[in-house]
Amino acid sequence: MDLPAKDLPSKPSRRTLLQGAAALAATPVTGFPAVHAAEPVTLRYLGTAVNQSADIARKVKEDLGLTIEYIPVVTDEVTKRAVTQPNSFDLIDAEYFSLKKILPSGNLQGMDAKRIKLADKISSVFTKGEVAGKQIGDQGTAPRKVFYLEGQESKKFAGEQTGWISLIPTVYNADTLGIRPDLIKVPVTSWKELLNPAFKGRASILNIPSIGIMDAAMVVEATGDYTYGDKGNMTKPEIDRTIKVLIEAKRAGQFRAFWQDFNESVNLMASGETVIQSMWSPAVTKVRAQGVPCTYQPLKEGYRAWASGFGIPKTLSGRKLDAAYDFINWFLSGWAGAYLNRQGYYSAVLETAKDNMQPDEWAFWMEGKPAEKDILGPDGTLIERAGATRDGGSFEQRMGAVACWNAVMDENTYMVRKWNEFIAA
Amino acid sequence: MTDLALPAAAPATVAATPVATPPWRRRALAYLQAAPLTLVFLIFLVVPLALTGIVSLWEYNEYEIIPALTLQNYADLFDGCLSADLCTTVRTYLSTVKFVALTLAITLPLGFAVAYFLAFHVRSGTVRMGLFLLCTIPFWTSNVIRMISWIPLLGRNGLVNDTLRGLGLIRAPIEGLLYSDFAVVLAFVHLDTVFMIVPIFNSLARIDRRLIEAARDGGASSAQILRNVVLPLAKPGIAIGAIFVVTLVMGDFVTVGVMGGQQIASVGKVIQVQMAYLQFPAAAANAMVLLAAVLLMILGLTRMIDLRREL
Repeated sequence: MDLPAKDLPSKPSRRTLLQGAAALAATPVTGFPAVHAAEPVTLRYLGTAVNQSADIARKVKEDLGLTIEYIPVVTDEVTKRAVTQPNSFDLIDAEYFSLKKILPSGNLQGMDAKRIKLADKISSVFTKGEVAGKQIGDQGTAPRKVFYLEGQESKKFAGEQTGWISLIPTVYNADTLGIRPDLIKVPVTSWKELLNPAFKGRASILNIPSIGIMDAAMVVEATGDYTYGDKGNMTKPEIDRTIKVLIEAKRAGQFRAFWQDFNESVNLMASGETVIQSMWSPAVTKVRAQGVPCTYQPLKEGYRAWASGFGIPKTLSGRKLDAAYDFINWFLSGWAGAYLNRQGYYSAVLETAKDNMQPDEWAFWMEGKPAEKDILGPDGTLIERAGATRDGGSFEQRMGAVACWNAVMDENTYMVRKWNEFIAA
Repeated sequence: MTDLALPAAAPATVAATPVATPPWRRRALAYLQAAPLTLVFLIFLVVPLALTGIVSLWEYNEYEIIPALTLQNYADLFDGCLSADLCTTVRTYLSTVKFVALTLAITLPLGFAVAYFLAFHVRSGTVRMGLFLLCTIPFWTSNVIRMISWIPLLGRNGLVNDTLRGLGLIRAPIEGLLYSDFAVVLAFVHLDTVFMIVPIFNSLARIDRRLIEAARDGGASSAQILRNVVLPLAKPGIAIGAIFVVTLVMGDFVTVGVMGGQQIASVGKVIQVQMAYLQFPAAAANAMVLLAAVLLMILGLTRMIDLRREL
């Protein structure tokens, strides 16, 4: 009620956040902040279903009185919507690599770092491309390269620290191959095993061209045949070379199937159709939850990493803009981070997430230590029994071993054409 | 057909206004009557198609499409097609056409047999309608679900392989059951046979039984009746069914994707990938070529059977 329809953006937002935080501390269920409760704001949240948890929406409703309306679509569709229908959402959760497509369209506004309370606490993976002070793999669309903008209205990436942020990280992770240790007797230590003829007819790769080709590039480099200048930004001859390797493997019957969505990858692995494939971390967890052994195998060449984050459409203003900042600040404040960490992802501000996790949970998920007691998922299902350790180890071991990032290449059009050729081969 | 319909409508207006309607008014009335459907076609068919055609001539980059006149999208599409090795587009179309042929070859006899049984062997009309509706029951669920339900059956450790192994008929599981051409054709037959049954049944049901009696009186054998009386009269149904199947299979990408384990190319899939990567002009060019291919096939079908005369 003390918020006029078109107030200055910054002041009320800080106040509501404080009120929200106070309400959270005092009474967990009741006590909506008066401002938002008076005239509830609804934010349309565009993103992939993976990040859109009903628990998070419920919690933010409790804490801030904000209604989150999810628009779940697949990764490519997020980008497409952002470019073609920028007014159909108030908040976007997009992968960093898609910025190379979205930003030039001018549909996003740079986020004011001063309004993000924990901006300076965001993991150095994003701000500097470092983990524990050590530089990590920079190939592909590393978030570091696209994190800062030259200005609020800018369509250019700054490459150095500025006051304008493109996307505020939601989740990120390091991807590798999933294997069935019960069906593979030999040790798997390298990406090249994906094309090992011993696994003929039992391997899989994902049919998302921009990601699939990078997994293939990891394989090519692992065999020692060729070293790319940048796996995430190949030249035409490099694309040809990579696709040729894939086509040969396909014609030789190496692949059982290709997968395109999360559940397909789970089913392939759980049913034993495949024993080695590129995979996403929660998919491995899901296979294990079915009682089927599955390892997210760390490999000596390192991981292919990805990250996604919140962006705000250019047209957002007034109370909705304030609400978007409130939501993002809330998201970084710990509860959501802990929730995501418990799923095996990493959250933007690790300190606040730590405060919201049990010490044994933190030790298991982030420090790579054996679980002191049974590890439960956010929904209370058993994920690991006491004594188990996380595949790949600690945050520093996993994120520190990133070799490249999901990317949009300059030769993207050509790459997609060649990928179609591979599928048709 | 339209000539027949007109006088039926005209008397009504004549009755309302005792003055005789001049011919120009009658003509205007006919156009007026045709207008709603024309409009629907115009808005939902002609305009989108024209737009697709126009966009297929535009340039594009990662984040925008640029109005310009270029044939580059078509050139990309047929890139390398003049060399000895088959290019992606030709390969993809060949694969899709192969599925069309296989699906037609199976659904046609199957659909005809079912329709024939329903139309000629089931005496009671109630039972016939009951059985006919039975054919449509699978359509109560989505076709994706009907398709996916094959996977636990056909997989490496699926029901079929397990049973065969249990019976001692095979030692190693048959890999080709799932994620293969076989699986794709199986799913197409499962999904599309009913589109054959319905129009063929419709044609067969309208055959005057006295024709068959006359043929029998004339000394024709059952096979001769089938070949010389029933089949020719079922032609429109067969043609319509075939058009359904051809268009469904040509445009499909979900079935080929799921049952083929994404390893088999289809034109629809190529278009979908291009759409996902914001390459709308390339996708539009592909769509135009697909449209031309399907139209050619349907043209071929209607050459064999003059639908307009037969109906």
